[in-house]
Amino acid sequence: MTKDDIFKKVASTLVEALNVDKDQVSLESTLQGDLGAESIDFLDIVFRLEREFGIKIPRNELFPESIFQGDPDLVKDGKVTAKGISELRAQMPYADLDTFEKNPTLEAIGDLFTVNLITSYIESKLKKQAQAA
Amino acid sequence: MRWIWIDRFLSFESGKSATAVKNLSLAEDHFSEHFPGYPVMPAPLILEGLAQTGGILVGEANNFGKNVVLAKIPKANFRREAFAGESLTYTTTLLQLSEIGGLVAGTVHVGEELIAEAEIFFAHVEPEQFQKLTGSSENFVFTGNLKHMIAMAKKAA
Repeated sequence: MTKDDIFKKVASTLVEALNVDKDQVSLESTLQGDLGAESIDFLDIVFRLEREFGIKIPRNELFPESIFQGDPDLVKDGKVTAKGISELRAQMPYADLDTFEKNPTLEAIGDLFTVNLITSYIESKLKKQAQAA
Repeated sequence: MRWIWIDRFLSFESGKSATAVKNLSLAEDHFSEHFPGYPVMPAPLILEGLAQTGGILVGEANNFGKNVVLAKIPKANFRREAFAGESLTYTTTLLQLSEIGGLVAGTVHVGEELIAEAEIFFAHVEPEQFQKLTGSSENFVFTGNLKHMIAMAKKAA
């Protein structure tokens, strides 16, 4: 499956889960800002992706939660600390953290969750699955 | 609190489907307010009955070991109102079940007539998530009155 095929399937999953139009979904779209996803939608999206692609997505693997829970080592004065950013890099290897690092506010974390993040994650997941088979 | 919006299970197939019936009596409180002189069942209560039917289906699939909470209703269509004196048949099918939760498709019929349909997504709330919120690790969903419903579901199976 090419990245474009994966994107198309991800997009139709998001259309179903978030009740948005197909034209609204691009690789750059942010789930919360552009597509209006709320917290419960993240769970729904993960659930649908599992079905759509026949994969298992462990809790916190695609959308990690720890950074949001106010750990003072990770978030200080509304900004993600250096330790927090390295944690994000470890947990979200497909997120655009270079842009984020320039202004790592807590509010900007939401912008890390893009359609591209999901697509790249699925791509690597399918690759691993194929290698294991 | 008596928050039971189904009267009886008609059939129950573990991990697959469940059908329950709800008889609407004019004596039910919601009819007096909704609406005076025009008693129709509030649509959210129709969905509640469907969700109870589907929620027990999802819970039973894991032997009621997980907390099952209604997370989201991605789709719901209402074709007509439900009136006092009618009998609603809730039919639910389990579309997908995983660690995360369960997706149920449901229909509401009066006799042969389809009056509503919905898709309902239930999430599993892990004991540690619940403990963080409340300090308790008990199963908080399948307790009290719902245990009685579960016994009825087993009887229908």
